[in-house]
Amino acid sequence: MIDLTVHLMLLVVMPPLLQGVIIKTKALFAGRIGAPLLQPYYDLLKLLRKQMVLSTTTTWVFLAAPPVTLVATLGAGLLLPLGGSAAPIHFAGDLVLFVYLLALGRFFTAIAALDTGSSFEGMGTAREITFACLAEPAVFLAFLALVKITGSLSLSGTLGAGVVAGWETAAPTMVMLVAGLFIVALAENSRIPFDDPNTHLELTMIHEVMVLDHSGPALGLIEYGAAMKLFLFGGLVARLAAPVATGSPALDWGAFVLALLLFAAAVGVVESAIARLRLVHVPNLLIGAGVLTGFGFILLLMR
Amino acid sequence: MTAAIVSILLPVLVAAVAFLWPSDRTRPAWLVVGAAGHGAATAWALSRPSDMTQWLALDPPGRLVLGLVSLLFALCSVYGLGYLRARADRPNRIFCSAILLFLGTMTFITWTHHLGLMWVAIEATTLASAPLLYFNRNPRSLEATWKYLMVGSVGIALALLGSLFLGYAAAQAGGAPSLLFEDLFANAAGFSKPWLHAGFVLLAVGYGTKMGLAPMHTWKPDAYGEAPGLVGALLAGGMTNCAFLAIARVYRVMCAAGDAAFAGRILVILGLLSMGVAGVFMVRQRDFKRMLAYSSVEHMGILVLGLGLGGLGVFGAMLHMINNGVVKGVMFMSAGNIHRVYGSKLTGEVSGAIRVTPWSGALLLAGFIAVTGSPPFGPFVSEFTILNAAFEQHRYLVASGMLLFLLVVFIGMGTTVLPVVQGDPGPDTRLTEHRDGPLTIWPPFLLLIASLVMGVFMPAPIRDLVREAADYVGGVP
Amino acid sequence: MQPAADAILVIVLLINLFVLGASRLRTIIYAVAAQGVILSLLPTLVHGGFGVREAVVSVGALVLKGVTIPRMLLRALADLPIRREVEPLVGFKSSMLLGAIGTAASIYISTKLPMLEADAGGVAGRMFVAASFSTVLTGFLLLTTRMKAITQVLGYLVLENGIYIFGVLLLQATPFLVEVGVLLDLFVAIFVMGIIINHISRAFTSISTEHLSALKD
Repeated sequence: MIDLTVHLMLLVVMPPLLQGVIIKTKALFAGRIGAPLLQPYYDLLKLLRKQMVLSTTTTWVFLAAPPVTLVATLGAGLLLPLGGSAAPIHFAGDLVLFVYLLALGRFFTAIAALDTGSSFEGMGTAREITFACLAEPAVFLAFLALVKITGSLSLSGTLGAGVVAGWETAAPTMVMLVAGLFIVALAENSRIPFDDPNTHLELTMIHEVMVLDHSGPALGLIEYGAAMKLFLFGGLVARLAAPVATGSPALDWGAFVLALLLFAAAVGVVESAIARLRLVHVPNLLIGAGVLTGFGFILLLMR
Repeated sequence: MTAAIVSILLPVLVAAVAFLWPSDRTRPAWLVVGAAGHGAATAWALSRPSDMTQWLALDPPGRLVLGLVSLLFALCSVYGLGYLRARADRPNRIFCSAILLFLGTMTFITWTHHLGLMWVAIEATTLASAPLLYFNRNPRSLEATWKYLMVGSVGIALALLGSLFLGYAAAQAGGAPSLLFEDLFANAAGFSKPWLHAGFVLLAVGYGTKMGLAPMHTWKPDAYGEAPGLVGALLAGGMTNCAFLAIARVYRVMCAAGDAAFAGRILVILGLLSMGVAGVFMVRQRDFKRMLAYSSVEHMGILVLGLGLGGLGVFGAMLHMINNGVVKGVMFMSAGNIHRVYGSKLTGEVSGAIRVTPWSGALLLAGFIAVTGSPPFGPFVSEFTILNAAFEQHRYLVASGMLLFLLVVFIGMGTTVLPVVQGDPGPDTRLTEHRDGPLTIWPPFLLLIASLVMGVFMPAPIRDLVREAADYVGGVP
Repeated sequence: MQPAADAILVIVLLINLFVLGASRLRTIIYAVAAQGVILSLLPTLVHGGFGVREAVVSVGALVLKGVTIPRMLLRALADLPIRREVEPLVGFKSSMLLGAIGTAASIYISTKLPMLEADAGGVAGRMFVAASFSTVLTGFLLLTTRMKAITQVLGYLVLENGIYIFGVLLLQATPFLVEVGVLLDLFVAIFVMGIIINHISRAFTSISTEHLSALKD
């Protein structure tokens, strides 16, 4: 019961905090003080109070997209186990549902962008979907490796106690999974080196351009959904990278939160340290991530 | 052992001297000195038996090759005097030292009795011969050198892997694995089969690349086409035989393991493929030096075919080693002469060689007759022996394939050589100032006489040596 | 010992995949140098004892592959105007995928071949064989599909690394002289290749081997 409450609380409350940590890390690297840690919360509240402006070319799709995206991401969040305890909803094969709930969210954001009739948004959509297609094999190969290690077909099983055992028996594979999934996390959440979340230059936007026409509460929902997606990927990577099973739930949850914050800091470091990739090189990196996780899986076959 | 060290190091030392020698004009004399010294060391080594348990030992096929290489180099060095005098416009420091180093490394191959050491020697020959191809310093020879180096190095790397496979197969037989040939022969029966087979295939492919067997022959037309005639003679007559020596030794290991059938199959396929590919590419070949390269591919095919047939075929192959080496020397040197005189090596631009350079033209013609296997020259006897072996084993498909390819090669070569030799020099032909001279004529002429002798009446010592070599490798059942 | 050797081989395989996808020549040179350095540590790990022979061969390989050869190549690169490989015959992405498939195939084949039981030092040969095959295949891929002469040389180096991995298994069988000979041959080979690359660059003002296609039938 306690686990369920903590899970839901983290899921709902923590995502904007991760974004705040990333912004702060980048500011630190740049020698600035940067926005306050809780700034994303203030931004969301501000957006909810604003008026929405709708284009006359859009249809119900445009209005439906933000809530659908958020609900889909929330649903995925209910499937993902956080901190080693089981998720609220779990069944065999839920890892496929997890990936495709996130894909559903992305799909609706994409068609909402196309709904505006602007070719500019269409271009961004095309790029974003391409990257997502290339990142998917990496995720599935990583899950395949996890299934092989833990023997369970459910996310709660694969990310449960089996991860600790996995580090003991198949450390090289785990390292590769974490690396590959980190790269995928950067890609799916439109972070550098794939996309610059701060850019508003026409030629360089990818994710930003898809949500360009949303405003007010709709934009708030989309931003919140994006933060939650980052939180989910962070939870996945953090659990794989630092599985802690001390026995005391408080310690476990505390360690998990800490790992999440470190993940956000790592994203911030990566964003500050390397430059954005040329568009033609992005598929190379994504396929590299796929090869990395696939390779981790192949290594398991050797045992 | 001392004989080995002397005959290997002597050319290397002379190479060092030649490198340091200041005068371009007199440096070629060191080639002759090196050849003479090497010849003496070879004669000494051949006259004494060899201790087979050492790392450096002269097994019977090695003796054959060593003698051939020594003879070929001696005549080439004389030719080299004339050649380098004609090409006095080029510095010859690297050329002279590299060619002597090449002789040393080839000698090294004949002496090695250890699989790993043999590999080191063959790699060394590749590296020593690469600068020789680049003597003309034009983009085409650069391309040829690069391809030779790359394809050769990769082939040799594969051969190294194959040697290691063999070692691993030996390790699985129990006891401390050793790559000394004597130990390999003794323990072969217990080797792990998958590793042994895989190792043999890699060794055949790897050393086959150095030999110039199809489909690993792609470097040969370029390399032989762009190299000076002298270098071509040494590569085609010496290097390929040394590589064949390596394959023959490994074949003996397979025989000792009882897997002669498997090895033989692979060698027969490679042999026929080489002959076929050579025939196809020789028809309508416009460049007569590239034609010689394909002829070399064909004869390498004949060599492995004979080896693969086993029994009498091995005798034929050993004999063909000598015959081929000798005749290739004739052809490359005379072709080189004609190339120099006409300034071109294309059939469209060269004709009437028999009038402009009577000796070289005649030698090329005679060489053509010899190399395509017509009596009374040597290659006829060895090719006939191999054909005989095929018929004896009732392998009619192989025999008819061989005959067909020989015919195709004859026709193809004829269409290139005859227009070059016969007729009149065309109206556009621009002859250079070079002509035939004694230094560039006597060596190929002597080699032709040697081939005639081998074809008409084989001297008993040579026959005995060939028989011994054939028996050693896997000879008459 | 076993985990350490395994870790080294896994890193080698990762470097293979990285080299297949990289396009900057300096990066590839450094990666291959790193691979060589890591591999030179392998003999001491496999055969445990710190014999004089092992030490000499290790140090020799380390100096050669980690310092001398990369320096030669970097110097050759400095004389050239290019910095990157152009899109090769088989694209970068396809190369990476082929490399991954090749690695999987190597691992599969290594499970099918009969292995020696763990020899002295307790290292199972299976991982070595798989890593060796995979590296050889990577080297082949680089050699045959890349256009720049330097990348072809790097492919040859990777090929030699792969063979070296297999050779470590047979350290007792390959005597000292042969090991030294192999290293020496490698050094001279790269030296000669470097010289020829220099000549190619001067003759064609480019080291793309597309220019080396005048000779054909």
